[in-house]
Amino acid sequence: MKHLAEYRDADTARRLAAEIGRLATRPWAIMEVCGGQTHSIIRNGIDQILPPEIEMIHGPGCPVCVTPLETIDKALAIARRPETILCSFGDMLRVPGSREDLFAVKAAGGDVRVVYSPLDAVTLARSRPDREVVFLAIGFETTAPANAMAVQLAAREGLANFSMLVSHVLVPPAIRAIMMSPGNRVNAFLAAGHVCSVMGTWQYPPLAEEFGVPIVVTGFEPLDLLEGIRRTVAQLERGRHELENAYPRVVSERGNEAAQAVIAEVFAPVDRAWRGIGVIPASGWRLADAYADFDAERRFDLAGITAEESPLCQSGEVLKGAIKPSQCPAFGKECTPRTPLGATMVSSEGACAAYYNAGRT
Amino acid sequence: MCLAVPGQVESIRDEHGIRMGRVNFGGVVKDVCLAYLPEIAVGDYAIVHVGFAISKIDEASAQETLRTFAELGILEEELAELRESDEPARPAADKKEPAP
Repeated sequence: MKHLAEYRDADTARRLAAEIGRLATRPWAIMEVCGGQTHSIIRNGIDQILPPEIEMIHGPGCPVCVTPLETIDKALAIARRPETILCSFGDMLRVPGSREDLFAVKAAGGDVRVVYSPLDAVTLARSRPDREVVFLAIGFETTAPANAMAVQLAAREGLANFSMLVSHVLVPPAIRAIMMSPGNRVNAFLAAGHVCSVMGTWQYPPLAEEFGVPIVVTGFEPLDLLEGIRRTVAQLERGRHELENAYPRVVSERGNEAAQAVIAEVFAPVDRAWRGIGVIPASGWRLADAYADFDAERRFDLAGITAEESPLCQSGEVLKGAIKPSQCPAFGKECTPRTPLGATMVSSEGACAAYYNAGRT
Repeated sequence: MCLAVPGQVESIRDEHGIRMGRVNFGGVVKDVCLAYLPEIAVGDYAIVHVGFAISKIDEASAQETLRTFAELGILEEELAELRESDEPARPAADKKEPAP
C-alpha cells in the first residue's frame, strides 16, 4: 500500500535509531501525546530499539481512555431507554461503566449499534423517524470535523430525532496541564500528526516557547515516529525548543481550514474532565448554543448521574510518566483489558493495554 | 480510535448535497466524505478518519521525507566505512547499537 510500506522499512528504522543513539548524550523523557502513536511504538517495539538515554512517556491522547466514567454511564442510561438507538464507534462498546458496558445493554435488548462514520448515524435517523438516534461523539480534534458535519447535516434536514452525547477533548490544553503538573518529567513532545492535519501547527509554537520544550509534529508509521524522535533529540541536545513538522506530507501550518470553519460553527470550548487526570480548563468542545437542540444531555434527563473511579487505579501516574504501567500493583491482576479499572487499560491505544497486549511486564 | 489511513480516491459524487467518494485502501473500497477537501481529484491520496478525508497527501513532501531517510542511510554507510578504515580497534559491540 502506497504511503504506508515506505515508512516501515526495518533497515532504515535501525539507521534512524542508531542516529538517535549518536545524538543522545544524556537522558531525555519524550512524551508522545497520541494513543495511536503509543500503540504503534509498543507494537513495533520502537521503544526497545531506542538508545537507553531516551525514555518514551505515553501521554493521555486516547479519547476512549480519557472519556469520563460519568459519560459512559450517561451513554448506558440512554441506551437502556426503549425509544433510543445508541450509535458509537466500536471501541466504546467494551468500555465498562460503573456497573456494565454497552455490550451488556445490547445483550439485554437495548438497541446499540456500531457505526463506521457519524454520517451513518444521521442516515439511521433519517430512516427511523420513530426512534431517537443518539451518537456518542468522543474524540480529539481529528474526529471533530466528522462529528460536526453530522450535526450540521441533521440540522439542515431538520432531523428532530437525532442528537449527540458530546465528550470532545483537545491536545494543546492537555500539553499545558502536563507541563504544569507537579513533578513533571517531560522534556519534549511528539505532537499528534492527525490532530495537526485538521488544526494545523500554529497552536504549538507559543507552548514550545512558554515551557521551553521542543514539539515535533509526528506521523504514525515506524519511520515517522523515529524521525520525530530524532528531530526532538537533535533539538534537546542543542538546547532548542521549537515547533518542527516531521509529517509534512499530511500536515500544513494552517491545517484544514474548511474543517476548522465547520468545527467553529458547531462546537464551543468547555472545561472538560479527563479520566485519570481531572478537569482541564477549556480542554474540550461541547455543542454550540445554536445546536443545543441536538445535545443529548439536554434531550434526556441525565442529571444526577455521577461515577466513582476505582481507588486501585494509578492511571493518572502512568499518564504523567511517574510510573510505567507494569509498576502498578493492579496491572495484569485486578486490571486487564477484559476487566479494566481505569483510563489507560480501557482501549488498545491506552498505555496499560498496549503494554499488556505486547506481553510487557 | 484516532486511526487514520491513506487511501486513493477512485470516484467522486454528490449525495444529499455532500461531496462523497469511493476510496481504495489497499484493495478495500469504502464510501468517504470528501467535503473537507474541495480540491481533491480522482487518483489523489488522502488521509481518512471515521469516513472523512481530512488531509490530501502531498507527494512532493512525501518524496522529500523519503529522500531524507535515504541520505541518512548513505551517510551512515560512509561513516561506517570511515570507521573501518580509521579505527580498526573500535569494539564491534557499541552499547548504542540497536538490539537486533
